[in-house]
Amino acid sequence: MRRQAGKSRSTGFFKVVNVWLLQHAQAFFFSLGQLCKNPAGTLLTTAVVGISLALPTGLYSFLENTRRVTADWDAASHISLFLTPEINEQRARSLAARLQTRNDVRAVEVISPAAALTEFKQHSGLDAALEALERNPLPAVLMVQPEIDSLSSGDNARLLEALRELPEVDAGQFDRQWAQRLRRIIELFQHFTLIVGALLAVAVGLVVGNTMRLALHSRRQEIEINKLFGATDAFIRRPFLYSGILYGAGGALLAWLLLEAATLLLNKPAARLAELYGSDFTLEAINAAELGVLLLAGMILGLVGAWASVKRHLKAVDP
Amino acid sequence: MIRFSEVSMRYPGGHEALKQVNLHVEQGAMVYLTGRSGSGKTTLLRLILLAERATQGQIVVNGQNLGKMPGKRIPLYRRNIGFTYQDHRLLNERTVFDNVALPLVVTGHYRYQEIKKRVRAALDKVGLLAKERAFPITLSGGEQQRVGIARAVAHRPALLLGDEPTGNLDPGLSWEIMKLYEEFNRVGATVLLASHEFNMIKRMNKPLIILDDGRLLPQTDKAEVPG
Repeated sequence: MRRQAGKSRSTGFFKVVNVWLLQHAQAFFFSLGQLCKNPAGTLLTTAVVGISLALPTGLYSFLENTRRVTADWDAASHISLFLTPEINEQRARSLAARLQTRNDVRAVEVISPAAALTEFKQHSGLDAALEALERNPLPAVLMVQPEIDSLSSGDNARLLEALRELPEVDAGQFDRQWAQRLRRIIELFQHFTLIVGALLAVAVGLVVGNTMRLALHSRRQEIEINKLFGATDAFIRRPFLYSGILYGAGGALLAWLLLEAATLLLNKPAARLAELYGSDFTLEAINAAELGVLLLAGMILGLVGAWASVKRHLKAVDP
Repeated sequence: MIRFSEVSMRYPGGHEALKQVNLHVEQGAMVYLTGRSGSGKTTLLRLILLAERATQGQIVVNGQNLGKMPGKRIPLYRRNIGFTYQDHRLLNERTVFDNVALPLVVTGHYRYQEIKKRVRAALDKVGLLAKERAFPITLSGGEQQRVGIARAVAHRPALLLGDEPTGNLDPGLSWEIMKLYEEFNRVGATVLLASHEFNMIKRMNKPLIILDDGRLLPQTDKAEVPG
């Protein structure tokens, strides 16, 4: 008896799930059919959604490519510490060993006065003039490479100040301050991208919502009849929500195609520019995971836009 | 089946469409609702459908107090009612089959095979099985009305309502349509039809509810319509 009751309960559950799946499948194919019935309108809305999504995605892709280029520059950034003339190579090395123990310092390289002079001779072409000098005028130099994390958090300025205050140090300079400035510009651009993305997300929601409003208006009689025969709001809403999702997904795919096309067009000039700097850098569009996120974002925006619009306007349609 | 107790209905503009109406329609009855245009027939049907809420009084349909029914229960309540309009309100871009299937589809409980069986049975009953693939626009007025009736009965409702279902038809077709309703009544459906065609109603020899300017006149068989 108990087994029979359990079986009946599970049969009931499967029936409910079955009905639910059936209703969703019906709504999905119905909305797909509605979109296919009006290809011009569908393409137009999808294009607007696609372009709206392409812009923030393009900015994001640009940022990612810039980050890839500048990642090496960050690693190459260092602070040059010019020690006072009385500091010889041995004391310079002992100072380097001391600095190496700091958390915000990744590596310290010692350039002795003799090595500095040799290098200077090689690059300046002033061999004869330098030979005439009675003593080596160049100080020992410590090349301090900060931790990358401290670079990004802005601690390098404090590190530079702390190093400058050491009694052995005559002067100190952050050699790649421009790289840090570039980083700040990228950060600013990142925020700008977020703002543009948020605004365009709202635009996608509004575009889909307005399309749903018009669709709801054109199907007003059908909705009235449906309601008259006992259709729930959820039943009526469902195809519109699927339409919103389909618009979002279509727009996301279009955005991806636009981005791929733009990357293809820009790749050659970018590669030629990179070649001038001895780099084999190539532009990259978004990867598979990012495409997944774009699709998901498009579908969610379409769904939210459709839901908000249908919820608002469905109330006004009564038999 | 249907009980109105002191029901009044005043529209937001101030027009009072029904005034303290009391009526009772037994389960399984077939009743005509008549009166001049603007006498409140459509309002009375809309109150039963819960397309409007009475501003005063109590309406009980099939044991359910409509005044206390929450909005989310209305769809379930309406699934037990079949409704036809004077202008049919068929969806012209859908086939006859799809139009008739609509009340079954909205419930979401029927598989296609079951829907097909019921729709074909309903169309057979109104003599339009051969036109299941046609579009309403290609049908005559009488055929369209019959499709409307098939749609109203496809889900086998306990209550059938009609608002001037023969308003656009010639007398011969009107008679056929009324006979069709009578057949559904014979198999157990309660039928309430609003019509101002008094001569034809008289020939049907059924109980009458007569409305005059929103007020109910005494309910009698074969009554005379005022004016």
